[in-house]
Amino acid sequence: MKFSTALSPHVQPVNSVTRVMFEVIIALVPGVIALFWFFGWGVLINVVLAVITALMAESLILLVRGRPVWVSLKDLSAVVTAVLLAISLPAIAPWWVTVTGILFAIVIAKHLYGGLGYNPFNPAMVGYVFLLVSFPLPMTSWPAMTGLGTMTLNFQDIAQLILFERIPENADYDALTMATPLDALKTQLSLQKSVLEAQSGAVFGYLAGKGWEWVSLAYLLGGLWLMVRKIINWHIPAGLILGISVISGICYLIDAQIYAPPMFHLFAGATMLGAFFIATDPVTAATTVKGRLIYGMMIGVLVYIIRVWGGYPDAVAFSVLLANLAAPALDYFTKPRVFGHRA
Amino acid sequence: MLNLARFHGGLHLPNNKDLSNQAPLRQASIPKKLVYPLMQRPGVSVDPKVQVGDRVLRGQVIAYSDHPLATPVHAASSGIIEAIEERLIPHPSGMADVCIVIATDGKDESLVTQGVADFSSQDPAAIRSAIKNAGIVGLGGAAFPTAIKLNPGPQRKLDTLLLNGAECEPYITCDDCLMQNQPESVLVGAQILLHSLHIERCIVAIEDHMTRAYARLTQAVAALNDPRIIVVQVPAIYPTGGEKQLIKVVTGKETPSGGIPADIGVLCVNVGTASAVYDAVCNGKPLTERVITITGRGVKEPQNRYVRIGTPISELIEQCGGYTEHVERLIMGGPMMGFALPDDEIAVVKATNCILAGTAADINTGKQAMPCIRCGDCAKACPVDLLPQQLYWHSRAGNLDKCKEFSLFDCIECGCCEVVCPSHIPLVQYYRSAKSKVIAKAKEAEKASVAKRRHDMHLERKAKEQAEKAERARLKKEALAKVKQANAEKEGVTQ
Repeated sequence: MKFSTALSPHVQPVNSVTRVMFEVIIALVPGVIALFWFFGWGVLINVVLAVITALMAESLILLVRGRPVWVSLKDLSAVVTAVLLAISLPAIAPWWVTVTGILFAIVIAKHLYGGLGYNPFNPAMVGYVFLLVSFPLPMTSWPAMTGLGTMTLNFQDIAQLILFERIPENADYDALTMATPLDALKTQLSLQKSVLEAQSGAVFGYLAGKGWEWVSLAYLLGGLWLMVRKIINWHIPAGLILGISVISGICYLIDAQIYAPPMFHLFAGATMLGAFFIATDPVTAATTVKGRLIYGMMIGVLVYIIRVWGGYPDAVAFSVLLANLAAPALDYFTKPRVFGHRA
Repeated sequence: MLNLARFHGGLHLPNNKDLSNQAPLRQASIPKKLVYPLMQRPGVSVDPKVQVGDRVLRGQVIAYSDHPLATPVHAASSGIIEAIEERLIPHPSGMADVCIVIATDGKDESLVTQGVADFSSQDPAAIRSAIKNAGIVGLGGAAFPTAIKLNPGPQRKLDTLLLNGAECEPYITCDDCLMQNQPESVLVGAQILLHSLHIERCIVAIEDHMTRAYARLTQAVAALNDPRIIVVQVPAIYPTGGEKQLIKVVTGKETPSGGIPADIGVLCVNVGTASAVYDAVCNGKPLTERVITITGRGVKEPQNRYVRIGTPISELIEQCGGYTEHVERLIMGGPMMGFALPDDEIAVVKATNCILAGTAADINTGKQAMPCIRCGDCAKACPVDLLPQQLYWHSRAGNLDKCKEFSLFDCIECGCCEVVCPSHIPLVQYYRSAKSKVIAKAKEAEKASVAKRRHDMHLERKAKEQAEKAERARLKKEALAKVKQANAEKEGVTQ
């Protein structure tokens, strides 16, 4: 009897890119729910808008590049990029902000560099930074948190705000928005207030910002789930958390008046999202064990430096992109000792 | 008790061993034909010592050569040499080569041979030659001549004999089965090896799920009352049965890259090989049969059998109830490192430990490869601590120097990286191809340097010839000038 042949190993693969991406999306659900809880329908509208735009952009660019569309589309990487970017945007950002950000991320940052696996920079973060430097106003206008604002917006109000930039009757734009805790801290410190004084403000909670700390905890939960599922390794998140804790701890010990405690920096802004979902993007991160630890620490330290001494309130996107640049060198200098070789 | 170390990476694979290790070990019947390829390893072929039409007996040498790495081939049953012709041989490339074909006569007449009653009175050199004459090679899969392994040279001081019974590949249970059924022959084989190597320590390593084999072996050790031999169970992590991995687990020592275990004082031998040594030395029986696992969901009655070397696989499958309707691929060896066969008329060889008939449900039938996402799962799984993903980029780009820098040749092709790869990239194929390119390039460079030397010498010779010619011309000119002068002087005198 004749048989067809193939080369070893003959064992079926145990994993797939689609599964990896799908698990990441699942792990983002708690974070999205928390954001939705505190910031309302805009969060979900942004996510849906981003995913649809990303899938269309990915399909079109694949057609232009002459690549099979379905094979790449079903790896779900475009969906992950879309969700990550969408949840980084203010929940009332006009539709064109989301759409241009996604187009920039998918077309320029991902496919012009060769598509999945070849892009040196995290596409979602390139998209984010592109939006932040191009449209600073809508990118920094976060809606007032449910319960903190002067008025509550329903689905229709928010949809109109996002799709037609139509502000609800008897409301003005300023009343709808509110400073994020990182913004508030920066402003208060620049007014020569102490950290403690600043933190007595309405936007602050137990660990960091009111609401935001729960969002961060939800991301942390999702991240731990990804570790349990062996989708991500502990090295990058641990490095990042360690990096930000150590530098913020040192500064806090030096002067607690002007430097916020480590707990604040861990649970404010995008620290947790960055640690578990952004910095862990395998394509653009370092790949060796030591390299990943250093990579994570680098991002942690950079986030702190930019937050405290830089011009922007948060800095995960900038820090990740800077560390992306260093990833190949980190890999090169942290090669493990091969079995049977001398140390 | 031994402190066990562990190696980096490895995989917990579904072992599927219950398929074949539940049935009793039986003797396979004499096949109608026996087929023996003359090629034993790349570049090592033996010459037929029989002609078509000759009658041969079981145990008779039918092929041999003087090559140091060659081992004699013995007929596994009596019969007539039917042909010496090209046939498909078990080789990853599916190549054909000259084979001796015996039409068996069913009488199974043997040459009369005798072993030695007391091996401890034998000289190590005599034991080695008995092992060589019995045609014994490593039965774990590599088929390296055992007699050569037993003589690692005076500069290497051995202290430990390691019997490898850690069958780490899924499905395979032939060693497990042998240890359960004949623990004594394995252990006496070990004693013979200890004697011939002048060492005092033997560790038999088996995987921790082999509870019956462990019980039988420890009983047999107690009965032999030999304190030199200990049996240890090692965690079942693929590829713990790899020679260098097992040595690391059991002794904590790493075989240097490019070196052999004897460099760190260890000699590692498969348990089946030890049993064959026992048969050769104590019973005078050459290696003509071995235990083979016939398994997989593509065969109706998976089991282990004593199989005569040279038996065509089709006959073995028939004795195991035939194929199931879902059979998809025929593999010689395990699912991780074995190779697929194009045809079941191919015969088993000494290195064949398993015939696996896989179905589409349990083998990889070719998944679409996606781009590498640099997840690093491959590096996590690599038992050699390589960076498979970097090696992939460099071998794909044909950057052979970089491949060497990333220790390409330390790759043991175990397949762990490929099994965990979420992008389903055929990584091992890339490494194999890069390795052969590096080797081809080295050969090319060697050839070029020989040619350059030849050319340089040719130029030198030519230059020398020219110099000699010029010298001769000069001498001739001088001589002529002298003659002319003499003539002129003469003329002057006469005027």
